[in-house]
Amino acid sequence: MSAELTRDDVAKVARLARLTLSDAELDLFTEQLRGILDHAEDIAALNLEGVEATAHPFGLTNVVRADEVRQSLSRDEVLAAAPDAREGRFAVPRILGEAP
Amino acid sequence: MTSAISIAREVASGATSAEAQLEKSLEAIAARNDELNVFLYLDEEGARAQARAVDEKVRAGEPVGPLAGVPIALKDNLCQRGVPTTCSSRILEGWRPPYSATVVERVLAAGAVAVGKTNLDEFAMGSSTETSAFGPTRNPLDPSRVPGGSSGGSAAAVAAQMTTISLGSDTGGSIRQPAALCGLVGMKPTYGLVSRYGLIAFSSSLDQIGPFAANVADAALLLEVIAGHDPKDSTSLPEPSPSLLAHVNDGVAGKRVGVVRELIEGADDEVVAAVNAAVAVLRDAGAEIVELSIPETRLGLSAYYLLAPAEASSNLARFDGVRYGLRVDAEDVTAMNEATRTLGFGAEVKRRIMLGTYALSAGYYDAYYGQALKVRTQMIHAFREAYQKVDFLIGATTPSVAFKFGEKSDNPMAMYLSDVFTIPTNLAGEAAVSVPFGHGASGLPIGVQLLGPGRSEAMLFAGARVLEVAEGR
Repeated sequence: MSAELTRDDVAKVARLARLTLSDAELDLFTEQLRGILDHAEDIAALNLEGVEATAHPFGLTNVVRADEVRQSLSRDEVLAAAPDAREGRFAVPRILGEAP
Repeated sequence: MTSAISIAREVASGATSAEAQLEKSLEAIAARNDELNVFLYLDEEGARAQARAVDEKVRAGEPVGPLAGVPIALKDNLCQRGVPTTCSSRILEGWRPPYSATVVERVLAAGAVAVGKTNLDEFAMGSSTETSAFGPTRNPLDPSRVPGGSSGGSAAAVAAQMTTISLGSDTGGSIRQPAALCGLVGMKPTYGLVSRYGLIAFSSSLDQIGPFAANVADAALLLEVIAGHDPKDSTSLPEPSPSLLAHVNDGVAGKRVGVVRELIEGADDEVVAAVNAAVAVLRDAGAEIVELSIPETRLGLSAYYLLAPAEASSNLARFDGVRYGLRVDAEDVTAMNEATRTLGFGAEVKRRIMLGTYALSAGYYDAYYGQALKVRTQMIHAFREAYQKVDFLIGATTPSVAFKFGEKSDNPMAMYLSDVFTIPTNLAGEAAVSVPFGHGASGLPIGVQLLGPGRSEAMLFAGARVLEVAEGR
């Protein structure tokens, strides 16, 4: 399976993960990720039909606290750590384009 | 080196002071931190205030905690209110958390003095501290070698006697491996025993916080202080902190100990010899020795390097230049996210984010991530079966003693293999401790690993103590 991992796959994954890779990085990561996935062939090749998946060691259930007002972090203190904050909110560059 | 237990006792009695202990710690740091790069940030002012508060309580005749005046180092993925926390990444450089991790609050409440934040592999992804954006930490026992990782700074702090104890986190061996390479006791507690509130997440189904110390009793005391239910962590086990220190001298008489072939095979001869010698010591101390094979552990490495990156790719999505840390400006928000992450993350973090994203992507999910989850089930069952036959298991912590800089850093797979014996415990959610036992030909320490089922920490510390006593410590 991993022998199929191509440079284009790596470029696509980088886009999904919001990372820009140089040509040299693309070459290097393609080779390295192939090596890691080759090692993972030992489990990709197993027949595990009927084995249940474990996402979590102790099968946790959701924990919900009582619905009562409690002290939380100070808004000003949290916003002070942001790269850009205005009018009590996080500020980001434009998300939408100009109206056509 | 004076133990944490005796420092706390002497601080409480007035025989020494927290401030005097802190001065010693700061002197040791001043002497070697430039050479070893252990601390990324020293909180001298905060530490002085904490020490003064402890001493004032003693003078006023008020009770002080079990870690009164003991200098402690914190891995820099643990949040401490107002103190820079970086995860050894450019993406968080300069960030000061507005809250403290539960473990930080607990050690401070117990009277410990938090001296500063220690270096790690970036976002705890590595086994040598070489992936830190702020340069590697050097092993105090041989500065040409790595201290292990990812909690390499926390291990080096104690090994260089800069602090008496320290906290690390262990996702695939990040406490036990550096403990072995620096000649310390280090434990990965049962999943859920210690609150992760305020630990910056790497792989949430695997991460656990745990102690480093120069001896078993100090490690047991520190774990006792940080363990126990925390309503702020939904994965926290419901019960209060277990009694550990009181049991360190319980011994191993009548215990059945399984020697696991797969947790020794492939290690250097000198490491195998140390494990065999440790087995002989346990036998002489009254344990019954059983040879075991747990073939499933062989699949741990592959499963881990799909599961941990998959979880990391999701956890690290939060570093997008919006709420904290670095922002690289760009024309629109997506370009800003991408420019920020591209500049902010180092190569190993990018590699794991991409590996995880790939393993979770359409068409490959079942073949990789899905299979790894099933292997995890098999691993849990295999350990459970083993613990029907024996009380705890023994193996090597690492395949070799501390390695040299650059030896594995160009080859991710070679680096990943240094965690081959520690990863199965994380996948199973169980407990394991590394204790120094013997030395290699180079004079460097070897770590022996004792592994047990969930909530077996007291028994594992008692076993580790038997090995410590046999070496005259």
